[in-house]
Amino acid sequence: MLRSLLPALSLALVLIAIAWLNPRAISYFGFSLMLNLAIPIALATIAQMFVIAGNELDLSIGTFVGFVGCVTATWLKDAPLLGVVILLGSIGVYALLGALIHLRNLPSIVVTLGMSFVWQGLAILILPKPGGKAPDWLLALMAFKPPFIPFPIIAALLIAAVVHFGLMRTSYGVILRGSGGNSAALKRAGWSLLRTKIALFALTGLFGVLSGMALIGITTSADANIGNGYTLLSIAGVILGGGEFVGGRVSPIGAVIGALTLALAASPLLTFMHIPPDWQVAANGAILIIVLAARVLISRRER
Amino acid sequence: MPEASADIIRPDGAEKHFGAVSMDIIRLDGAEKHFGAVRALAGVDFSVRAGECVGLVGHNGAGKSTLMHMVAGTLTPDGGQIAVRGGVEASYSVPRAQQLGIRCVFQELSLCPNLSVAENTRINHASLHGFGWRRKAADLIAAKLDEIFPGHSISASDIVGDLSITSRQMVEVARAFTVTQEPLELVILDEPTSSLDAQTAGQLLAFVRRFIAAGKSCILISHVLGEVLGNADRIVVMRDGKVVAAGQADQFDRDRLVTAMGGAEAREKAAAEIASGKPGPGPLRVRARPPRQQDGNELVARAGEIIGLAGLAGHGQTDLLLAIFAAASRAKTGIEVTAPVALVAGDRQSDGIFPQWSIAENIGIRSLARLRNGLLISPQREAELAELWQRKIGIRTPDMNNNIFSLSGGNQQKALFARALGSDAKIVLMDDPMRGVDIGTKLEVYDLVREEARHGRTFLWYTTETEELDNCDHIYVFKNGRIVANLRRDELTEEKIIQSSFGDAA
Repeated sequence: MLRSLLPALSLALVLIAIAWLNPRAISYFGFSLMLNLAIPIALATIAQMFVIAGNELDLSIGTFVGFVGCVTATWLKDAPLLGVVILLGSIGVYALLGALIHLRNLPSIVVTLGMSFVWQGLAILILPKPGGKAPDWLLALMAFKPPFIPFPIIAALLIAAVVHFGLMRTSYGVILRGSGGNSAALKRAGWSLLRTKIALFALTGLFGVLSGMALIGITTSADANIGNGYTLLSIAGVILGGGEFVGGRVSPIGAVIGALTLALAASPLLTFMHIPPDWQVAANGAILIIVLAARVLISRRER
Repeated sequence: MPEASADIIRPDGAEKHFGAVSMDIIRLDGAEKHFGAVRALAGVDFSVRAGECVGLVGHNGAGKSTLMHMVAGTLTPDGGQIAVRGGVEASYSVPRAQQLGIRCVFQELSLCPNLSVAENTRINHASLHGFGWRRKAADLIAAKLDEIFPGHSISASDIVGDLSITSRQMVEVARAFTVTQEPLELVILDEPTSSLDAQTAGQLLAFVRRFIAAGKSCILISHVLGEVLGNADRIVVMRDGKVVAAGQADQFDRDRLVTAMGGAEAREKAAAEIASGKPGPGPLRVRARPPRQQDGNELVARAGEIIGLAGLAGHGQTDLLLAIFAAASRAKTGIEVTAPVALVAGDRQSDGIFPQWSIAENIGIRSLARLRNGLLISPQREAELAELWQRKIGIRTPDMNNNIFSLSGGNQQKALFARALGSDAKIVLMDDPMRGVDIGTKLEVYDLVREEARHGRTFLWYTTETEELDNCDHIYVFKNGRIVANLRRDELTEEKIIQSSFGDAA
């Protein structure tokens, strides 16, 4: 019980620390600012969660987000139809990777590590120098200011709710998670493991595309390296949110909470603590280790 | 031309077939299967009629599982043909078997541990989808569990990984009997009672008889010969990939089955051996009180004794064994252990075996201190230890450096015994290790356990099979985490154990 509450608990802890250090940050404007980058991180974390649900890992999601960002800031604005075709095609590539990994029984870590260089190279070909511009509709969407509740919070709730319904409540979501839990049982029951793997990888591609677009909507222009940090952030977010690397145990709500925690702990909290930027990355890692250690301790005691 | 005429004749033959055996749910003719150089099935004829329970017995590795995988559609035969209700199936597969109403409960649990009981039910029913499927799946499995195992305490929303192995097997069995759109004609039960206690096993077998009485069919595979003799209408005995005996159940008795299977002599030998030539009690090895024990009862084991832990499954026997194991390395109140301890796990897949390692490495892991040469493990000494035990316990493999999974289940369990017996441990804890192991292997291991006990080793043996208690000098019966009875071997009867397991006081 305590274990399933841990993601929410760690988020609350970070929020309390922020409120204590800087009470003014707990406001409509403060949250809009602090959680600005949380939406793309949450989407990338969800993308990662889908492959982890099938006992795989995607080491290319960061550079993929960067690639999508470059496409969004160039073709999607200048030639929308071509841009859409490229983005849909890239989701197709993800689906094919899933098929390849299943059919040839390849380790996903190797395949996606290789793909990370492919995406990075493509991104540099599209945008050798930082630049480009997000489509206006995307800028307008990401700048949306709803009354009372900041947009990032609404977006996070929406993402969590939609994915939770899709993966945890629908009948095919059960099959997808089951493929991570006991693939032999699934096969015996007559389900195609090829199809589940393709579905999981295609969903990763889809949410990777959404993440890249959301990121460019916020930053307004792109850079080939813009998403590089997302690979490890997304993995950490899934694990922080109560997911496990093997066994199909994942939680979409937890993953979104994990992403929010990471987004808040990353820079706002550390800035308020007056930790110099040089040390922020290390401090970020320390927070991650503490939270994950707490998770292991709690789940061991519950056993 | 000869080829063409053969083609013309075949449908004729099939039609004749149809007329003769229209009562057959499924019929395999000359089924063959090879795995590399190993011939798992050598031309087996096998059939099941409607309203019939067929008992299938044989050693581990006799080909029973391979045959059942063919009936269920998970393996395709290399030769021979499969006919369902008289019609020859050209491309038989799992979905086809499901359409025809053939289901299988496999020996290895095939539930997804990360999903709930209801969600696991959904996996077997493609038609459970759309709005309200969760409710439907939960109702379906709950109703079936109530029907087969009245008084069970499983909820449809429980996550399977959190359930005990007994409950998981109950869910697995109940799931196989749930019906949605596809018909249900034949259920294959492969060791369905291996993780059940006597009461739930009885409930299941009673249900199977009701199922048969309703005109459905069942294939029952079990190493508990009494279950097969008592419940099957017809019995088929397999050995080395062939059917060696088949006939009505009343033509068989225990001895005839054991002889047909090629098993060792009957178990009277065991009792006689224990009775004779027992040395007096040795020094104290273990004294343990379960944490929930309120009266003065405690478990006492001396050198050279075989102590049985009996009672219904999951009533604290395993917990006490684990507590004794822990107490050997770190002092614990209420438990006194005076010698090194080794544990033979019951759930060998999750608690016993290192899947990536060879047989020799799996055996040597408990004795690393002795196998060391400076800072490194000496491969030579490891091989010597492995070879010694291969001979002593009869592990059937051409090479002890093969992966542990190249062994059949019974031989894997032997390797785990070798790990414990090959170590310096004076006390061996056994957590129901003979679950699902064939009778030949069992008898061999029983002999070895008694021999080791004569040489001064102490065994604490938790078992769910009452027959195995015949090997013990002393039996403690557990209920709700407490010792409720303390029986000497000569006082032991099945009634006494059942009485203590169900009674309120000892």
